[in-house]
Amino acid sequence: MKRRDFLKLAILTLSGISIKPFAHLFTKPAFADISIQRTNKGLPRWAMVVNLSICGKKDGCTDCIDACNRIHNIPRITNPKHAVKWIWNAPFDRVFREQSFDNMNEGLRKKSVLVLCNHCENPPCVSVCPTKATWKREDGIVMMDYHRCIGCRYCIAACPYGARSFNWKDPRPYIKEIDKGFPTRTQGVVEKCNFCEERIAKNLLPACVEACREGGLIFGDVNKEDSEVRKILSTRLSIRRKPHLGTEPKVYYIL
Amino acid sequence: MYDRGKIITGIIIFLVLLFIPFLYNFITGKATYVPEPVIGTSEKECVESKVFMRTDHMKLLDEWKETVVRHGVRNYKARNGKTYTIDITGTCMECHTDKEKFCDRCHNYAGVEPKCWNCHVYKKVAGR
Amino acid sequence: MVEKALKGTKRYWTWIGFLLFLILIGFVSYLFQLKEGLGITGMGRDISWGLYIANFTFFVGVAASAVMVVLPYYLHSFVQFGRITILGEFLAVAAVVITVLFIVVDLGQPSRVFNILLYPSFSSLLFWDMVVLSGYLFLNLFSGWYTLDAEDKEEPPLRWVKPLILISIPWAISIHTVTAFIFSGLSARPFWLTAILAPRFLASAFASGPSLLILLCYVLKKFTKFDAGKEAIQKVALIVTYAMLINFFFLLVELFTVFYSAIPDHKGHFIYLFLGSNGTGMLSVFMWFSVALSICSLVLLIRPETRKNESLLPWICGMVLVSIWIEKGLALLIPGFIPTPLHDIASYVPTLPEVFITLGVYGLGGLIITGLFKIAIEVQKAKEKGI
Repeated sequence: MKRRDFLKLAILTLSGISIKPFAHLFTKPAFADISIQRTNKGLPRWAMVVNLSICGKKDGCTDCIDACNRIHNIPRITNPKHAVKWIWNAPFDRVFREQSFDNMNEGLRKKSVLVLCNHCENPPCVSVCPTKATWKREDGIVMMDYHRCIGCRYCIAACPYGARSFNWKDPRPYIKEIDKGFPTRTQGVVEKCNFCEERIAKNLLPACVEACREGGLIFGDVNKEDSEVRKILSTRLSIRRKPHLGTEPKVYYIL
Repeated sequence: MYDRGKIITGIIIFLVLLFIPFLYNFITGKATYVPEPVIGTSEKECVESKVFMRTDHMKLLDEWKETVVRHGVRNYKARNGKTYTIDITGTCMECHTDKEKFCDRCHNYAGVEPKCWNCHVYKKVAGR
Repeated sequence: MVEKALKGTKRYWTWIGFLLFLILIGFVSYLFQLKEGLGITGMGRDISWGLYIANFTFFVGVAASAVMVVLPYYLHSFVQFGRITILGEFLAVAAVVITVLFIVVDLGQPSRVFNILLYPSFSSLLFWDMVVLSGYLFLNLFSGWYTLDAEDKEEPPLRWVKPLILISIPWAISIHTVTAFIFSGLSARPFWLTAILAPRFLASAFASGPSLLILLCYVLKKFTKFDAGKEAIQKVALIVTYAMLINFFFLLVELFTVFYSAIPDHKGHFIYLFLGSNGTGMLSVFMWFSVALSICSLVLLIRPETRKNESLLPWICGMVLVSIWIEKGLALLIPGFIPTPLHDIASYVPTLPEVFITLGVYGLGGLIITGLFKIAIEVQKAKEKGI
């Protein structure tokens, strides 16, 4: 074979491979059909309200964080560089720096504020992901597909809230007791809060909301007019993190 | 042909190296070895037929993965009319409890290393 | 033509051996990283891109800068660039390979890299970067190789080579623009969120790439009989001068907007870059070093006597190279992450395995340059003998 013919063949082969993504359009799965029951009738829009006047009343309370860590198999890595966080506390003047100033109420300024993935309406992490490993579901939850993530960490750079964690090493040795109800993650993928979509599917509240006995966390469907979140948001002043970026967070804070 | 000696010796060495595994298996009798996975359950039927599961379980699992993660659908309607919860830990491993004897025996034989268990949990891991 | 790279002096093979040694070290370190995860690097949850992506950015610039010799030669028939153009194209080839490798070694799950093709996302700049970089690689490889092949066979170049070369000119601009867009489109990182980033990237690219080319020409002149020609080198030096000036101007423009508008979110990153914070000021030392080198090289480049001084020019080019490697490398990346979205300060120091992997990638790039340059030089040597 001449070299030129070889090159031609090679290029043809390569362009053939590029058809692969569309191949599934022509093939059918060999097994029974999967009835995809999309809930198109009145799609929910999940949202959470953190009531800062209740949250933190019990000193050093971490019930919600512990519950999340436990059921999602979050590794407990002591090196802060490699820490994995889905929901955690940060001081008010860090979370809401644009709302903090010198002479403000000192208690509020240093108050611990619960932070987690905001499940933005316009999530920057989703537009930057090169493989659609993170995407926005029809009900607004920003999901992660750990099977597909290549670990480029572009989403971490794009998230204005620092809500994403990378598995810098194998997380398994750092999980005290593995919960069978949820998979762990593997080395080299990005993870974050999933609004407990696995619990929502079973009509359960997110673990953090359920764990908060003081009622400081309220979760629900903002598309439902009679939902509690909707009522709170329409009657009380709430703030969101970095609203000027236009990401439209769905985690709201009331003071 | 230039360097005839070198080329022919090279080809012979290459062929010998190529056939060593075949020879090895032939002499040691390993060529006839068939792995014997332990099903680990008295249940009569699986999610799909035995033949299908044997040849296509990886395709089923791949489809399951897509359905749950990407479409949020957690039920699988099998051809026998029953509905199963899509859950590798809760559904598959509930019957096939022994991963080493069920999964690994064939996978080791076939030289495949599925990455399922890097994340998904089976009893032993959860119990430790 | 490949056989031309396989015959060489002892010194040539010693050099190849050295590069292979670097590659080996890098490869072993990479195996270690594959096993243990990216945790063996200095990166972490706050500074999640480091040395690899810094080098990626820098070498996209080097790749794009080939256009600075291709354009005058092919569009303006600037004949003095006859011998240097092919080197520019081959340097671009090696630089693109380097950038791709830096992306791959930065991935947490490199075995899944083809997911970018299997599930392409057109809204991701990383997808488009892959498209433009691979396109650029083939454009330069084919146009360089077939131009040389035709020279070797003493035939006129193939018909389709010229269009490829012409396409490669705007394409070069595109690769660095898209690379800048990776950063400048992120609302989360005000440090990068500036329209001047792409122009700045191009300006610094057209200073650093040609500087590297000049240095390589000096090396070739010293160790082989290849001489790119004094006039060509001086013209490239002039390009470096203008590019360097424009780059410095762009930096000042950026500083003006940031500090005059005084928006805290934007200012914070620059304050961290230039002054450090709470004793974590290693990066600012580097940045000031870069600025100092920048100014020194500018003074020396602008004065014709010093620019035309052939024993001084390689030093100036070295200064430009180091200055820009810092400026658009770590000094571009780290302040983008710090202060963090939660206004924290974190620090980053590359680890030894990380440095080894980086050296390994350099080694592989060096090997490609060496091979391609060797072929180019042998072809031109044979041609001159023929005349």
